[in-house]
Amino acid sequence: MTQYTLNINGSNRQVDVAADTPLLWVLRDSLELYGAKYGCGVGACGACTVHLNGVPTRACMTPVSTVGRKQVTTIEGLDPKGAHPLQQAWEELDVPQCGYCQAGQIMTAAALLKENAKPSDEDIDGALAGNLCRCATYTRIRAGIHRAAEIAAQGKSAGKSSGKGASKNVDKAASKKVKP
Amino acid sequence: MSQASLSTSRRGFLRHSALAGGGLLLGLRLSTTTEAAEVTPPGAEFKPNAFIRIASNGQVTLVSKQPEIGQGIKTSLPMVIAEELAVDWKDVRIVQGDLDPAYGSQSAGGSTSTPVNYQNFLLLGATARTLLVQAAALSWGVPVEECVAAHSAVSHARGKRRLSYGQLAAKAATLPLPAAGTVKLKDPKDYQLLGQRIGGVDNHAVVTGQPLFGIDTRLPGMLYAVYEKGPAFGARVLSANLAAVKALPGVRDAFVIEGTSDLRGLLPGVAIIAESTWAAFSARKQLKVSWDEGKVAAESWEGFVQQAQALAGKPGAQAVRQDGDVQAALASAAHKVEAAYSYPFVSHASIEPQNCTAWWKDGALELWAPTQNPGAGQALVTSTLGIPKEKITLHITRSGGGFGRRLSSDYIVEAAAIAQKVSAPVKLTWSREDDIRHDHFRAGGFHFLRGGVDAKGQVTAWHNHFVTFANRVEREGRSQLQPGSGASLSGDEFPGRWVPNYLLEQTALECGVPMGPWRAPGSNVFAWVFHSFIDELAHAAGRDPLAFRLALLGERDLMPGTGERGTPYNVARMRAVLKEAGVKSGWGSKKFPRGQGAGVAFHFSHRGYIAEVAEVTVSKAGALKVDRVVVVSDIGSQIVNPSGAENQVEGSVIDGLGTLMHAELDIQRGRIVQSNFSDYPLIRIADTPPKIEVHFLRSDQPVTGLGEPALPPLAPAVCNAIFAATGKRVRQWPLSRVDLSWS
Repeated sequence: MTQYTLNINGSNRQVDVAADTPLLWVLRDSLELYGAKYGCGVGACGACTVHLNGVPTRACMTPVSTVGRKQVTTIEGLDPKGAHPLQQAWEELDVPQCGYCQAGQIMTAAALLKENAKPSDEDIDGALAGNLCRCATYTRIRAGIHRAAEIAAQGKSAGKSSGKGASKNVDKAASKKVKP
Repeated sequence: MSQASLSTSRRGFLRHSALAGGGLLLGLRLSTTTEAAEVTPPGAEFKPNAFIRIASNGQVTLVSKQPEIGQGIKTSLPMVIAEELAVDWKDVRIVQGDLDPAYGSQSAGGSTSTPVNYQNFLLLGATARTLLVQAAALSWGVPVEECVAAHSAVSHARGKRRLSYGQLAAKAATLPLPAAGTVKLKDPKDYQLLGQRIGGVDNHAVVTGQPLFGIDTRLPGMLYAVYEKGPAFGARVLSANLAAVKALPGVRDAFVIEGTSDLRGLLPGVAIIAESTWAAFSARKQLKVSWDEGKVAAESWEGFVQQAQALAGKPGAQAVRQDGDVQAALASAAHKVEAAYSYPFVSHASIEPQNCTAWWKDGALELWAPTQNPGAGQALVTSTLGIPKEKITLHITRSGGGFGRRLSSDYIVEAAAIAQKVSAPVKLTWSREDDIRHDHFRAGGFHFLRGGVDAKGQVTAWHNHFVTFANRVEREGRSQLQPGSGASLSGDEFPGRWVPNYLLEQTALECGVPMGPWRAPGSNVFAWVFHSFIDELAHAAGRDPLAFRLALLGERDLMPGTGERGTPYNVARMRAVLKEAGVKSGWGSKKFPRGQGAGVAFHFSHRGYIAEVAEVTVSKAGALKVDRVVVVSDIGSQIVNPSGAENQVEGSVIDGLGTLMHAELDIQRGRIVQSNFSDYPLIRIADTPPKIEVHFLRSDQPVTGLGEPALPPLAPAVCNAIFAATGKRVRQWPLSRVDLSWS
């Protein structure tokens, strides 16, 4: 066992674990952050996606010993109020079915939106290619990312989304927003 | 269509259900084990039944009794209560109920959660509303007829007097339940909530990463378990290096569980108990087990294919249905087609692997399980381990996907058996490899078909020899073959009953592969085989595929059931969705260039009538792109939550496409060859059709479920479109094995 001080969602957290422990299990078992999910253990499903210095990374394939002082951001730390444009859009368009993969989808999408404020369907398909959704909510994931881009452009990221005040209908998806 | 001729007219259904529902209400006892009981604030509460609590502060708590697996039931069924209760959705808090007899059946399978509960849930809400109105009327000394319930309050004299439900809770709690059959339901045209787009009640928790799922369970002092089963199904443990494993870092214990011979129960294996998931996973890599694999080790998919092919053209073991004279009809048919279709075993592959947390303490067992069928889980633990039912508490967690996998309870009984040997709560987590290799699989199958069409374009002959799979089981002291779930055909399955000369034969190959229900069991493959073959017949006869199907369905409105499933088939509903799919898709009005085309299919399952049209592009090199899918469904008189309903249909379409494109398991030496998403690929976002158009036809019929029935028509619609585009007929799954190139 080795002691590590990790920067998780802006705070220093100490853990005492085996050096080969994947970051995923450090988050889940040691730090009780359950947002990153175990799906495959081989980087093939994307359910464990977190950011390392802003880069979407498979936590199941990242030994804790390689994390060092990199900033780890999990879904719990994506936005202090849980109101990142993607989180707002996901609620507004009722994207999830079972919801298990959605944290990974959102973390991957968040990195895409940082680089590309207005991604096309092709951009989305490319960036999200590594994130599986067994319920197959892909249609709404695409719509959710477009909607989040729109929310971000309007600077309406404050406060929990209720769909109220969201733009009146720029695209078909947004016109189908749900009641919370 | 002539509604009068239908046996279940809406009025008849309501009347019948009202009586049944009233009885159920009176029989309900209050639950003591739910999350609801723990969180409701103290004070005078109104608890008219096990599902509704209204606190004096106005907080309305509704219990969701059905397991949430992504089908949206935790949102939609409480909506049904809330509608009749006349509460504002924003005032409602939903809690997941535990397994509790007070709730009745809690199995989320067969798309039954909605049809089984809908009418009773309307009555539950309406009964509570009736009592609240009575309480208000008594308070004011006015007739109940003058009081109106809306927005979580009762008002009188056009709102001059108003009492909130919170204010009425204490008084309502003292009133006797109304007599069965006296509670009035709302007129559906007055619905405020049903039919609105409502987001999933757990969406915020989902998108902020809060613990919700079985695998997120954490208890004080909890340990972590893995369970290694034999690679060949049902293998028994001969020996294992337990001492070496116990000495590994973080490992607390390792032991053999003898298990039973039930392929879907507690299989033999070795458990490792550790201080963290990773310590358990790591120790498992050092585990060495010697297995007695038995005769299953001789089984392979290739061997099954050879057995099936040897049966082609031979009589089946069992004639499931025989009408007319199929040989004579084939001999005299104007157009004849003969074809063989096959599909492989596939896995459910929910992204949350199977897991369960169990705590054995003082002769009682507490379970936290992502399950679709908690009652079956409890029953399996009782029958396997002898723990009395009343000593088992089962908490239903959210499931990271179901698809039928979690109707099985193997992982629950494993966790229970492990917990009995551990003096702490313990969470069993399956690896992805466990999950794929020890699934209860959708069975593979083979269909040897012959069909004939007369000069007028009517199907006159249909012969199918279906070769399927069965497990050998002991039942009532006798050894017998039992076909896998969804792996036997009803004589009533379409087009049985429609074709005058019809022969359905079935032969089951014995296998040791565990099989279980997979989303729309049976239907998910039968629709593909039959609607592909119907398409072959249509093309052979030179008919338009949609018109050919309408002619096959015929003029009658209702086809009575004759077979063991006994399901009447409402032909009028199917004709309506099929015609509408033609209209919405512009069927026949488009000219497709070579390499593009449209296909159509329909299927009745899970009480739903669904027709789908797919439009595809196939490149010369054979790359498939599904451009558009139009889905028309008739699932009754009310869409409870259109947002959830559309999500289910979109998901069914994409799931159906992904399974068609990729899903395939190989079996060698009695074990599954594939092990993870790297060799068992799922559909990814790029293959998602850009346009999925979802339409609902409202019929004057009971409200039914949507977790499954939109899936089956997708595969045949796509394969029929591929034929239209390329002239290539797909008779084998998955598409990744089929050369679609054309020149």
